Amino acid sequence: MLYICAGSVLAITLTMVVAMTQSSWLSIKEFGLGFLVGQVWDPVKGEFGALPFIWGTIASSVLALIIAVPLSVAVAIFLVEQAPRSLARPLGFLVELLAAIPSVVYGLWAIFVLAPLLRIYVQPFLQSLFGWLPLFQGTATGIGLLTGGVVLAIMITPIITAVTRDVLEAVPVTQREASLALGATRWETTKIVLSNASSGIAGAVILGLGRAIGETMAVTMVIGNRPQISASLFDPAYSIASVIANEFTEATGDLYISALTEMGLILFIVTFVVTGLAKLLIMSVANRNLPQN
Amino acid sequence: MRYSLCVLLIGIILMTGCFSGRHSRGDSVKIQGAGSTFINPLMQKWVHEFGALEPSIRIDYQSIGSGGAIKQIKERTIQYGATDIAMSDSDLASAPGELLHIPVILGAVVLTYNLESVTQTLRFSPETIADIFLGKITRWDDERIKADNPEVALPPVELTVVHRSDGSGTSAVFTNYLSKVSSEWKEKVGEGTSPAFPVGLGGKGNEGVTGQVKQTPNTIGYVELAYAVKNKLPVAEIKNRSGNFVSPNFATVTSAAAESVNTAPEDLRFTITDAEGANAYPISSYVFVLIYKDQPERRLGAALVDFLAWGLNEGQRHAQPLYYAPLPPEMVRRSTAKIAQVNFQGESLLGRSREGN
Repeated sequence: MLYICAGSVLAITLTMVVAMTQSSWLSIKEFGLGFLVGQVWDPVKGEFGALPFIWGTIASSVLALIIAVPLSVAVAIFLVEQAPRSLARPLGFLVELLAAIPSVVYGLWAIFVLAPLLRIYVQPFLQSLFGWLPLFQGTATGIGLLTGGVVLAIMITPIITAVTRDVLEAVPVTQREASLALGATRWETTKIVLSNASSGIAGAVILGLGRAIGETMAVTMVIGNRPQISASLFDPAYSIASVIANEFTEATGDLYISALTEMGLILFIVTFVVTGLAKLLIMSVANRNLPQN
Repeated sequence: MRYSLCVLLIGIILMTGCFSGRHSRGDSVKIQGAGSTFINPLMQKWVHEFGALEPSIRIDYQSIGSGGAIKQIKERTIQYGATDIAMSDSDLASAPGELLHIPVILGAVVLTYNLESVTQTLRFSPETIADIFLGKITRWDDERIKADNPEVALPPVELTVVHRSDGSGTSAVFTNYLSKVSSEWKEKVGEGTSPAFPVGLGGKGNEGVTGQVKQTPNTIGYVELAYAVKNKLPVAEIKNRSGNFVSPNFATVTSAAAESVNTAPEDLRFTITDAEGANAYPISSYVFVLIYKDQPERRLGAALVDFLAWGLNEGQRHAQPLYYAPLPPEMVRRSTAKIAQVNFQGESLLGRSREGN
């Protein structure tokens, strides 16, 4: 019985891959590997390339992780190790509440609150400090890769926090007591707890990464939806999930639909590769750290 | 316990059987339509009003987009579709039967902008619009914009273009217009539901474009007329073929359609952007209903034809309250004549739905 359940997951994944490959066959045949490196996306002329979308998806997700991981881990440490119970409970509840907000609500909030905030305060500030870096050049419109990354970070923070908190709570109290008894400070004890929980935290990060890569609505609303690869975080970009959501309903013509389906297939592969790489990276780091403790 | 559950289940099955039996014995006809999101509010109104008149005809309309309508009608999963743009020759050729295009209502695309210091209505000539969306005009105080607005003090700031990022009939109508007025646009970008805009930010849906225009200073974008009117957005006047600057409203949109009624091709697959006429608003368009000329079922076909004929005549009065422009009377006549061609085995179905009931 359990084998059947486990097998069904595999079967669903396989049928999805097969079905998507089948319906994107026309585009695969037409463009071949060139699809992956093509930089033009022009449905009117029938030219399709996926590179700007792959770039946008990975860049926005990585940006989100850079912001969200330190924040989430810090919040989780505070909730478990530092905060008094009277504060930890309502805060923990709030974090869970944030995770339940639908992404379209995040998207609307991002357009009407986050984007103006970034345009008026954050972007000019970054430009005045680091304006010489290509990363922060261009017109600050409040819409673009940076905004997409920030809204993603806000969306995945609750997930990473909630899972990290549960992982930290699972570390036996005896460990903390033993560490304190040996004369370690509270902060040193937290470090020991963290290193014991590292594989669990890695899982939390990968969960967040998975959501960031596949997130559609909120990103679509603020990323600017322009298929280009630009060094500046202020410039508009585009993600794979967004282009599918944007164009699939109105797509006509077999090649166009086929190209959009192939984007879905690529998203599948990108998710697979990126989470795989993240797992490898984190495992190697964790393995190196463990013996020292 | 288990026994009573079984009894309950059998009871439910029997009851649903009874109800569905009653349905199949009844006289109701169910029609499935889908397509354009633009026409959705009006279509739902029509479905509701017509349902009150003819309770035996049940119509369901899903706003899945014009592209969806073309896909679904070709697969015959819906009985009628609605689209903002006429089907291409290749799409028509690959359909399993002869499809008719029936213009049912008018819409328009308008330019909206966010310029804090400017209170007057801005004016644009076609070449200027093309140059803005091609990325050749990058500042508000550009000479070409100034030339159309001599009495307006335009601020010396950068201009940001906002366009639709999702595939949409609105983009198709807008780029169809630009292709007509600018050969450079036609060559570089062309027309379609998801054109590759050379510059600008992409907003999802009318609400996405509006949100970005409202939130970002010094932007310009395009949205549907109905959406702009409802949300009280500033709307630009556009120079038409006669050289007049015209603001979009029901009268100017209907007048854009009126000029071309008699010159329209027989299959009614045509656009009315850049129309003739002193008072014509140049970015106007029809919404078409797609329907098979040869209907596979007599009663269903007759009900469908009845519904469309009602929409073209009585239904037009519901247009203005919902911010659509009604068809000119001449077009109502031509569309109705088109519907009269819909037949079941050679017999026209117009006005036949009440027979045999």
